[in-house]
Amino acid sequence: MADTSSPDMRTRLQNWLPKLVLAPSFALVLFFVYGFILFTIYLSFSDSRLLPSYGLVGWENYSKLFRLSHWETAITNLAVFATLYIVICSVIGLLLAILLDQKIRGEGVLRPIYLYPMALSFIVTGTAWKWMLDPGIGIENTMHLWGWESFAFDWIKNRDYAIYTVVLAAVWQSSGFTMAMFLAGLRGIDNEILKAAQMDGASNWQLYRRIIIPQLRPAFLSAFVILSHLAIKSYDLVIALTGGGPGRATELPATFMYSYTFSRNQMGIGASSAVIMLMTVAAIMVPYLYAELKEKK
Amino acid sequence: MKKMIKGALIASTCLMGAAQIAQAEDVEVLHWWTSGGEASALNVLKQDLEGQGIGWTDMPVAGGGGEQAMTVLRARVTAGNAPTAVQMLGFDILDWADQGALADLNATAAEQGWDDVVPDALKAFAKVDGKWVSAPVNVHSTNWVWANKSVLDANGIAVPETWDDFVAAVDTLSAAGITPIAHGGQAWQDATVFDAVVMSTGGPEFYKAAFVDLDPEALNSDTMVEAFNRMAFIRENVDDNFSGRDWNLATAMVMNGEAGFQMMGDWAKGEFLNAGKVPGEDFLCFRFPGTQDQVTFNADQFAMFDQGGEVSAEQSALASAILSPSFQVAFNKVKGSVPARTDVDGSDLDACGQQGMKDLAAAASSGNLFGSMAHGHAAPASVKNAVYDVVTAHFNGEYDAATAAEELATAVEIAQ
Repeated sequence: MADTSSPDMRTRLQNWLPKLVLAPSFALVLFFVYGFILFTIYLSFSDSRLLPSYGLVGWENYSKLFRLSHWETAITNLAVFATLYIVICSVIGLLLAILLDQKIRGEGVLRPIYLYPMALSFIVTGTAWKWMLDPGIGIENTMHLWGWESFAFDWIKNRDYAIYTVVLAAVWQSSGFTMAMFLAGLRGIDNEILKAAQMDGASNWQLYRRIIIPQLRPAFLSAFVILSHLAIKSYDLVIALTGGGPGRATELPATFMYSYTFSRNQMGIGASSAVIMLMTVAAIMVPYLYAELKEKK
Repeated sequence: MKKMIKGALIASTCLMGAAQIAQAEDVEVLHWWTSGGEASALNVLKQDLEGQGIGWTDMPVAGGGGEQAMTVLRARVTAGNAPTAVQMLGFDILDWADQGALADLNATAAEQGWDDVVPDALKAFAKVDGKWVSAPVNVHSTNWVWANKSVLDANGIAVPETWDDFVAAVDTLSAAGITPIAHGGQAWQDATVFDAVVMSTGGPEFYKAAFVDLDPEALNSDTMVEAFNRMAFIRENVDDNFSGRDWNLATAMVMNGEAGFQMMGDWAKGEFLNAGKVPGEDFLCFRFPGTQDQVTFNADQFAMFDQGGEVSAEQSALASAILSPSFQVAFNKVKGSVPARTDVDGSDLDACGQQGMKDLAAAASSGNLFGSMAHGHAAPASVKNAVYDVVTAHFNGEYDAATAAEELATAVEIAQ
């Protein structure tokens, strides 16, 4: 009896082992990520203020949220910031990648130099740019000291332009990273095709426009997904660079969510703004995942 | 699941309790007084308690307005491990009392007669449903103006009594090429000025209707539009680089004669005194023009958290020590504010401090003592922040005065 059941046990164990090993982390992720997403969704329909509370109020938090001019500012800022950030990062990243791809000498040294800003935290980037952009001590002051008295660059103190300084710092931080992604994409292109095109007399410009860049489509897609979620969740950069100011001019959904949930005692509204952010991310990620999974078949 | 968490909590609390029996009973105090002067003022309290054999576990969380400290507190209370006493402001105390998290100090209060010596406007925050839940430390008044005396003298400007005087004084200064008003462009600083401007424009009844009763008609009224117009005048007379500046840097501008006036609470006095300036000789302190009879205040308090039903001997000793006249004077001399009880002898304080005490007593008896909106003593945090949004947006030029008044009414309504 024992003899027949023991190999049975072993095979059963072998079948179960991977599941057993994965189970704890799976349970943790299920609870701490998806569980809390559900909790936040519940809170967004509740009357929570200082601490979570469980009385339901229906869509009230959402209707309040969309009546707030503050939220409108945050959404508009996100639209401006995300569009410029994604477009400029991709363009600069692509250009740098193409230039680096010209089989130049010293590429090994140049690549990390461009990539390095990504190693810094957004807090560091924000603080450094804050000093540089401050008209009293930064670029403007330096230009004045060098004798260019009429030079003016006070965007960070101007509520109409402050959001562009956030774009500036963010682009500086991330374009090296997009460059690395595009460079990997460029290296993955089959040389035979390029040689064939050159034989047919394609100029360099045509080569890039017709063959190379269209082949970079997957790299563009990943760059877009990564940059757009970075833009939606960006919080630390704004806090360090402008603190949401001047006034409320550089408020983004993430800073909005934090202040309503944790310092304004309006946890319900904060939760509803978090849900909106999640929906935005999902609206970008779901089609991407769908496309990815479909391609595999 | 809930039972399990509770069980785990009880078990861990028991363990911690057992560990603590070995030491003398300590008080654990959460606060954000981390600057030099504040810390040495707290030392007075610490030594008082140590004299009674009570240990002090310091839990400072840096950050001016205490926002970080409140985040830490939230986490501690949710985990079932509340500190003994927590520095707190205005409506936060009421919010926590509503959660049933605060201890009942009535026995101590009755023994020491707090009811007779603490002004009613303060009691509104220290007593909830007839229960004392916190011990007030000081009263800051926020409608002060600080001025550089030599700058004013050089330009022949007397202390302005009315808004018109103030406008004239500001115009004189800007004609003389001096920045008339030193200001830091942070939302709470804009709102601090706005408090005084509203009080001066509409008088105390209007202030109460708008900021305490949150009456939508008062919030979106012609008087409010006028108040916003006056804010725009102030905006025109600050320097270009004001945005995001800390309040103490603005104070330094007045101190160094780069600017004439600063509208700021009496913590600014601490900066002047630290720099060795003498009130009346180097700098002037006076109430915001048109608010000479009123005081808008904020008060630091130590809220006592419930440690399992009964107020411990240590908590009671801490609360009594905070309200003892000797601590009140010693602390407030350093902090720049005035004592929270009206019966202490203030002859140790400087000229501004003594005037502050006199104003406070007068305002308290004539019904002119009001909580400051900007510092969370007129309305809950959500409303306060809604007001911040509108005031700072207007101050930075996003709205004209009429739109701002409209927005103010809407924002306050949403925040309630």
